Amino acid sequence: MPQLKQLPAHLIGGNFLLTETSPDLVFTPEDLSSEQRLMAETAEKFMDKEVLPNCEALEHQEEGLAKKLFRQAGELGLLGMEVPTEYEGLGLGKTSSLGVEGQMTRLGGFGVTVGASCGIGMQPLQYFGTEAQKKKYLAKQATGQWMGAYALSEADSGSDALSLRTKATLSPDGRHYLLNGTKMWISNAGWADIFTVFAKVDGQHVTAFLVERTFPGVSVGKEEHKLGIKSSSTRRLILEDAQVPVENLLGGIGKGAYIAFNILNVGRFKLGSGVTGASKELLKVAARYAMERKQFGRPLASFGLIQHKLGEIAARIFACDSASHRTARMFDAVMETGETIDSTTPPFPRGLDEFALECSILKVACSELVNFAADEALQIHGGYGYTEEFPLARAYRDARINRIFEGTNEINRLFIPGSLLRRAQKGRFPLVAAITKITKELLDMPPLDSGGEDDELALAQAFLANAKRLALFGAGVAFQKFGDKLIEEQEILGGVSDIISDIYLAESAVLRTLKARKAGRNWSVMADLTLTFVNSAVGRMEQQARECLTATSQGDELRAHLGIARRLLRWSPLNAVAMRRRIAKRLCEVGSYPALVATQ
Amino acid sequence: MRREELKILVPLKRVPDPDTRIRVKPDGSAVDLDGVKFAVNPFDSIALEEALRIKEKLGETEVVVVTIGGQECVEQLRVGLAMGADRALLIRSTDGLDALAIAKVLVAVYRREQPAFVLMGKQAIDDDSNQVGQMLAALLGIGQATFVSKCELIENNSKVRCGRETDGGIETVTVKLPAIITSDLRLNEPRYVSLPGIMKAKKKPLEEVGMADLGLTITSRTQVLKLEPPVRRKAGVRVKTVDELLAKLKNDVKVL
Ligand SMILES: Cc1cc2nc3c(=O)[nH]c(=O)nc-3n(C[C@H](O)[C@H](O)[C@H](O)COP(=O)(O)OP(=O)(O)OC[C@H]3O[C@@H](n4cnc5c(N)ncnc54)[C@H](O)[C@@H]3O)c2cc1C
Repeated sequence: MPQLKQLPAHLIGGNFLLTETSPDLVFTPEDLSSEQRLMAETAEKFMDKEVLPNCEALEHQEEGLAKKLFRQAGELGLLGMEVPTEYEGLGLGKTSSLGVEGQMTRLGGFGVTVGASCGIGMQPLQYFGTEAQKKKYLAKQATGQWMGAYALSEADSGSDALSLRTKATLSPDGRHYLLNGTKMWISNAGWADIFTVFAKVDGQHVTAFLVERTFPGVSVGKEEHKLGIKSSSTRRLILEDAQVPVENLLGGIGKGAYIAFNILNVGRFKLGSGVTGASKELLKVAARYAMERKQFGRPLASFGLIQHKLGEIAARIFACDSASHRTARMFDAVMETGETIDSTTPPFPRGLDEFALECSILKVACSELVNFAADEALQIHGGYGYTEEFPLARAYRDARINRIFEGTNEINRLFIPGSLLRRAQKGRFPLVAAITKITKELLDMPPLDSGGEDDELALAQAFLANAKRLALFGAGVAFQKFGDKLIEEQEILGGVSDIISDIYLAESAVLRTLKARKAGRNWSVMADLTLTFVNSAVGRMEQQARECLTATSQGDELRAHLGIARRLLRWSPLNAVAMRRRIAKRLCEVGSYPALVATQ
Repeated sequence: MRREELKILVPLKRVPDPDTRIRVKPDGSAVDLDGVKFAVNPFDSIALEEALRIKEKLGETEVVVVTIGGQECVEQLRVGLAMGADRALLIRSTDGLDALAIAKVLVAVYRREQPAFVLMGKQAIDDDSNQVGQMLAALLGIGQATFVSKCELIENNSKVRCGRETDGGIETVTVKLPAIITSDLRLNEPRYVSLPGIMKAKKKPLEEVGMADLGLTITSRTQVLKLEPPVRRKAGVRVKTVDELLAKLKNDVKVL
């Protein structure tokens, strides 16, 4: 492996656990340029005028409609934002595409159509394609002339993706690979012109191929009957001696797993940041209904339990959105260094894997948020929400898939601590040193104290610094106890994972608000959103810490560990009821999430 | 320099986005702009769209967008450039100017740019004053066609034939150029601001000019005394019989 350059601390994946980040170094939605906002507005208008009025027809997969809209989106430049300009893209990064994707995912399954093509479908080619492959296929996809798809899963290999059985055998004349196997659950399969297919060469080397729909031996199965995202096509991809020219092998024999997983990092980021657009939409719909609907002679929005729902959704959106923007910029910054880390041809961009952990955090948190938001928005609509007259029933069904694809949330939860360990083993992340240091410190001296501070944001920052030490301490204790068998203690890994996620989300919210405050913006709503999130996160962390430690040690040792956890999680509870009420009131005044956090 | 290039001047105004919920400040002094999203006045987008369509049809046309206001208005000019305008002018002003003052500034811009004609929105959706186009034509002493829903250059681009929306129906008028043409809602549907357009707009010329550079010292003659949100409509009541209705009209509403 080539020697890796040392990146600045805030650009090292997972490093937020080991260091404190200055607010100046995090990118926040307030930092978006007016061009970036304008691009998102174009996507918003496109959705409002072309896609959403066609929701019903899309749900019934009206012949040609999804493809027509997809092409139209391509003409507006919405599909190739991150593709280099040589291939008719815009050559922009994730900080630019984030807002657009949030719009495309707002309602219905069109966002899945777009994401399966422009995200996981096209990006293997974009990052690992040869010049000739990109010339042939990339511009077509960036402009929406062609639709793409990503075909990894099979009937018997879902989470365990590498157990895939599809085979690729070189033809006797050496000009083709013959692909045999069936890919399952392939988004866009009904319409895609090109599939990125993963198959095993010689039955063992997972390898990626660019497979055109019209190649001999390629066909698709019937539409699956799904719970939601009915407008998205999901079918099997059937490969029967499918003839794929050797020049369509992508990234080298045996590099497929690497490509598949790292593209999923990007996919997870995009799923998370994108689906938060749906959460924002749901919050808007819920708030507007709560204002209009009267019971007991009062608008629903005037009731505390309804305000609780609105305030909680808003606070979680704020945290997820802050973390998405922060991650997007880190991603772009590392991509801009041009650094590569492995010997694929072309070499593997470091940016694609550096933030694997952060991407998984976003995937899990944002997908769970959208399910929560859909559920509570439906609840606010009462019986009407349960009917198809309102968009909630559909949104509720549509939200569900996000916890399943692009790696289930269980797989992603396990991946979060797992990737830290793997990185530590490779010498890319000083985890062991940090754990040793912290464990020693904790046994020797009391945790950091914020010393009579009354600035709540500063208190939250101090709390999170302690929570990081708790996460490392907990991971250390568990590793000491279980060693290599820790992998079998999924509940503990899951608990550690949730603590790590809450830290990242909460810290991103705190840093964003501090940055806004420093810039002299109106930050009072932001502070409420941030502190509501932190306050709830404290409770979740306590619960997880107790469970993990109790499952790890016993007796006096357990008591000592619980004592440490208690001290580290010290936090004077805030009046969350008052904060959520203020958030809900303001939300109802201004009418939408973006307006809630918009500041001069 | 290209010969016989047609120049169209399109004034754009920065207004609160039509989808924003407008709140009046508690003291009634102004609209509370905290957190409000801004957009190009929709009627101005329609005017610009028409100018761009003319340019696409004729070629050899320069479309210049202009706005009067603070630095923040650059955003709306960029939108105009992203839609396809060739160049932009920001006339810097920090005072809220009334319709006549704006018209006077536009007179100076007109003299400086010498366009073949001006295409502009019939009114801005923020103050709904519907005056600037008419005032501008009067101050310049040139023709005007207002509330235009159809627009066609004729006679070797020397005249514009317009369909005007009036209460009685569509009135067709022809105006000799130069002239002021103001757009109504149904003139066209403006294009999307495409992403490649936004990228291109960054490289297009955007010139900033001070009032003094135009030789102007202009103040508003009107003053806004107070703003009040419209009275909320009261909920209606359902009556069961005609008699009950009559009784209510007589006794409660007292109109009979
Ligand atoms: C609508 C839809 C669209 C999709 N689109 C695509 C696509 O475009 N391309 C593509 O390649 N795939 C696609 N998929 C497949 C999707 O990625 C898989 O369904 C997903 O990875 C889970 O695999 P599985 O369904 O086989 O479930 P399984 O792997 O069988 O998992 C079942 C359950 O067991 C849990 N589980 C599995 N392993 C473990 C473990 N080690 N520890 C703890 N829990 C575990 C899972 O979290 C899950 O809850 C799509 C699926 C759907 C439903």
